[in-house]
Amino acid sequence: MNSNNDILVKLNNAGFRQSEKWLVEGVSLTVEKGKIVTLIGPNGSGKSTTAKIALGIYKNIEGSVEKYTTKVGYVPQKISIDWTLPIRVYDFMLLTETIEDSAIDEALSLTGVIHLKNKNLGSLSGGEFQRVLIARAISKKPELLVLDEPVQGVDYTGEIALYELIKKISDTLNCGILLISHDLHMVMSATDYVICLNGHVCCSGSPSYVAKNNEYKALFGEKASQILTTYEHKHDHVHSDEGEIKKN
Amino acid sequence: MFDDFFIRALFAGIGIAFVTGPLGCFVVWRRLSYFGDTLAHSALLGVTMAYTFDLNIAISVFLISSVIALILIQLQKKTNLPGDALLGLLAHSSLAVGLVVIGFLTFIRFDIMGLLFGDILAVNTDDLFVIWTGGALILIVLRLIWKPLLASTVNYELAEAEGLNPDRAKAIFTILMAAVIAISIKMVGLLLITGMLIIPAAMARNISDSPQKMVLFSIIGGLLSVILGLYSSLEFNTSSGPSIIAAALILFILSLFKIKQSIKLKN
Repeated sequence: MNSNNDILVKLNNAGFRQSEKWLVEGVSLTVEKGKIVTLIGPNGSGKSTTAKIALGIYKNIEGSVEKYTTKVGYVPQKISIDWTLPIRVYDFMLLTETIEDSAIDEALSLTGVIHLKNKNLGSLSGGEFQRVLIARAISKKPELLVLDEPVQGVDYTGEIALYELIKKISDTLNCGILLISHDLHMVMSATDYVICLNGHVCCSGSPSYVAKNNEYKALFGEKASQILTTYEHKHDHVHSDEGEIKKN
Repeated sequence: MFDDFFIRALFAGIGIAFVTGPLGCFVVWRRLSYFGDTLAHSALLGVTMAYTFDLNIAISVFLISSVIALILIQLQKKTNLPGDALLGLLAHSSLAVGLVVIGFLTFIRFDIMGLLFGDILAVNTDDLFVIWTGGALILIVLRLIWKPLLASTVNYELAEAEGLNPDRAKAIFTILMAAVIAISIKMVGLLLITGMLIIPAAMARNISDSPQKMVLFSIIGGLLSVILGLYSSLEFNTSSGPSIIAAALILFILSLFKIKQSIKLKN
């Protein structure tokens, strides 16, 4: 087991209700340094809501959130930016924190959009903008990264490269990542812990454990289960069936 | 130096342009022009209060505008009416109540035209002091909340998630709006204040590609409007407040040519 100092954010039986309708309830999860926790589930299952609870965007929640870091990078699922504001990629990189130029260049290079640095944010394509969003989140070297479908709209080769990048960032920065993704192939190969949501936690644990779970199969089908089990990843630790992490 | 009424007017206008420039950008970005209008209309009530209780006009206007802003926030929470209806309700009712109160204050002669359209040529050295110290304070506070305010203007959730406390920045900004109206009411009057906030910022939007540049050009536009407007009001014997706004409009029209050019360049 890791010591408690590694915990970045912890949700205890958290839920959020909007006008009498529960968007999600009863979620408990922990994101630790250097670990990737993935939320999967169908549309409307409360993945983004859970992320927003963890981030503290939703305030009137059930249960509780314990947050042990203020260095947070966030890639939201939907971002509507009002173009009455003239803003270049460079300005956007500096939006929430003052970052050195070298760090900005490095992050933009890593996500492959350094050539867009002085472009107006409104002139980018969907995929380009997504890469800028990821660059912005990682450039501030956060301790906790929350990525809500970070590669949507990115081309196929770019998608693979970006997932590899996310994995690399988790290792090099030793930051904890809360990831939301639909791409079971890509995600499972790198994830430490999977939480399957459908308004509540259906099942959770290591990828291989979740893949074998009947509720998961019912939600995603037999085929998705096969995808998961094909990814047996190599780590310096193993997971017990309950998803507990044991160092080798 | 400040003996001449025209020099005083010029310095008052310049001081106000430095403040309305950056604040005007946020008014444009956050779509607050009608909100600015509402605060300005409520300023009439503030002016009547000042006369009734013998208070400083700027302080009285500031207090009333802040109260109106607070009432607006409460109404937004407690009613199902849309924002623009609530703004209209507050704007016109506070204007009406202000005018009714004036009717009762028969012992004072009000210069209604001056209140509505401003009387910058009547600015005295006390007003100059209020404008420049008040303006400096507003700019210092704006500089302090710049990052959270800008970040939440771009995207509220990003700002909130990354710990910038956008709600606090918004509340402080509302107070700054009340303050800028309080210090500029005498110059351009309550019907034209929003113009002073919006038109230079709109002009700047046409020629800027970053938030900082837009703020800079907005200030420059405001300064030019004040100088051009005041000199032309002297030249053509027109009222000064409207002349300043008209000058700002001319600058805005000129900035449209720059847009055309940049579209041509892109093609």
